[in-house]
Amino acid sequence: MNPPDSKPLEIHDLTVAYHRKPVLYGIDLEIGEGTLTGIIGPNGAGKSTLIKTIMGMVPSNGGWIRIFGKPAKKSFARVGYVPQRESVDWDFPVSVLDVVLMGRYGHVGWLKRVGKKDRSIACECLEKVNMLPFADRQIGKLSGGQQQRVFLARALAQESDLYLMDEPLAGVDAVTEKTIIELLRDLRNQGKTLLVVHHDLSTAKEYFDQLILLNMRLVAVGEVEKTFTRDLLQKTYGGRLTIFTEVAGQSAGVKEYDKETHPS
Amino acid sequence: MSANRQTKETFIPDFDPIDTFVTPWSTHAEIAWNGQIVTMGILVCLACGLVGSFIVVRKLALMGDAISHGILPGLALAFIIMKSWALFPMFFGACVAGLLCSFCIEWLQKKSILKPDAALGVTFTTFFAFGVLLIAMYGGNAHIDAECLLYGEIGLIPLAESLSLGGVDLGARPIVSMFVVTVLVIISVTVFYRQLMVTSFDFTLAKTLGLPVTLIHYGLMLLLALTIVSSFEAVGVILVISMLIFPSVTANFFFRRMPAILFCSLPLSFVYSIGGFFLARWLDCTIAGAMVLVASLCFALGWAFGPNGGLAWQLLDRLNDKPGNKNARSEGCAVEGQ
Repeated sequence: MNPPDSKPLEIHDLTVAYHRKPVLYGIDLEIGEGTLTGIIGPNGAGKSTLIKTIMGMVPSNGGWIRIFGKPAKKSFARVGYVPQRESVDWDFPVSVLDVVLMGRYGHVGWLKRVGKKDRSIACECLEKVNMLPFADRQIGKLSGGQQQRVFLARALAQESDLYLMDEPLAGVDAVTEKTIIELLRDLRNQGKTLLVVHHDLSTAKEYFDQLILLNMRLVAVGEVEKTFTRDLLQKTYGGRLTIFTEVAGQSAGVKEYDKETHPS
Repeated sequence: MSANRQTKETFIPDFDPIDTFVTPWSTHAEIAWNGQIVTMGILVCLACGLVGSFIVVRKLALMGDAISHGILPGLALAFIIMKSWALFPMFFGACVAGLLCSFCIEWLQKKSILKPDAALGVTFTTFFAFGVLLIAMYGGNAHIDAECLLYGEIGLIPLAESLSLGGVDLGARPIVSMFVVTVLVIISVTVFYRQLMVTSFDFTLAKTLGLPVTLIHYGLMLLLALTIVSSFEAVGVILVISMLIFPSVTANFFFRRMPAILFCSLPLSFVYSIGGFFLARWLDCTIAGAMVLVASLCFALGWAFGPNGGLAWQLLDRLNDKPGNKNARSEGCAVEGQ
């Protein structure tokens, strides 16, 4: 049944509703292996909901999701999920290293102890996000950007094939943002597939290979050159286009809009 | 227990160090009797402290409250069916009722528009009322003393019948069952530490790791129910909640990692039990109540002087405001800038 070259993620006719109010409607998607894909759309477009539905945290009302050719649930072991920073209790009595080690639990048997190898992998992952000096610190005593990097280190430690990230760049400073993007590109170059919810239009074109434009319905999916166009963005952002053009106008990557909307 | 030698005229009885500290340990009979009380106290505090630490980090502190009340119909039914306080039917009935109670709470939280706290309040009061009703209707000759159920009487634990296995006298029933449950709790918490931690910290991660999150949750609930059932004779269904919550919230002022907080349950259980015993001896009051007061006092001390968020340290930080902030900022920047 499942071809060996099955796609990391296939979604067919997915519909999700909260209290009978549709949030996502008829989503059809296919994501190829080794791609870095951004999910963009206005607030309330269902970007986070899409990721949460893939992870089984939100029940779907129709359609199906396949991960590596199998029903989503059966492939979770190959998926690394980076939640929004607000989703966990940062007062929880664990250290940074404890959190990253949790990413290794999938590789450790039920009754076995976490071994030296897992510890050294966890430390390597912390090193990659420049957080090793904080390994013993309680997670509540970190800044927002540092917390985000701990989550990333944990995802790295999972050694997954498909990563789903919910706004990993929200509330981080410019330097951290650069570190994180470098890391995501590294992962892509290793053949991993990444799906990243992104809120900042001005950087979307620069950061991703592919884009998913979402506003309850799927507006477009595909390579940045083909999807980051005025028509499609207008379709995605609808009435908020004026706000969008301001944002886009500031971005060096989308000068053509600047000329069109602000002829000087 | 020795006769009451306190004078009742003053609000706080005079403190007599000999009577408080020495007399309880002066004869073999006294040592045997009081030793059992203190041992029971330590076991109760230790088991409750270990399970409670996980309950608290899962933000389920009041689930202990709910389960402690929810076990009543189970206890009542076990008594009505067996016509006596047999150990296993009692445990079985109480655990089933406790688990059913937590299951109903979660079901209501998920399937109805009720807010989580309201769902909790609705469910456990229903269970408790059902238990009260059963006792009133069928338990007329039951030796169920509402006061004992609510407040417990650890001072009378040594009066309980002895359990013997193969002719060997093991000791008073409540202490033996509490000991077994405490050992079970220690083993479960050690063996399933990682699973409990990851499901408590990040439910979604636990799911992606393929852990049976629901099973682990109800396993913890079962452990909680077992702990409460074996403790309630000593400290009652109301005070058992404080034994669940106080150790971990007190330890939290001193330690920032779960293993340390769990280990803290041990010394704290000695402090609570022995301190409560002497306090009750001095004030001539219920030992369970005195244990909780000692626990509150420890909590207050932790809050005042604990290095993690204690008031004294906060004050100190505020006094040294400028240098403290400078340090924090430069450290943060150094790493952010890497």
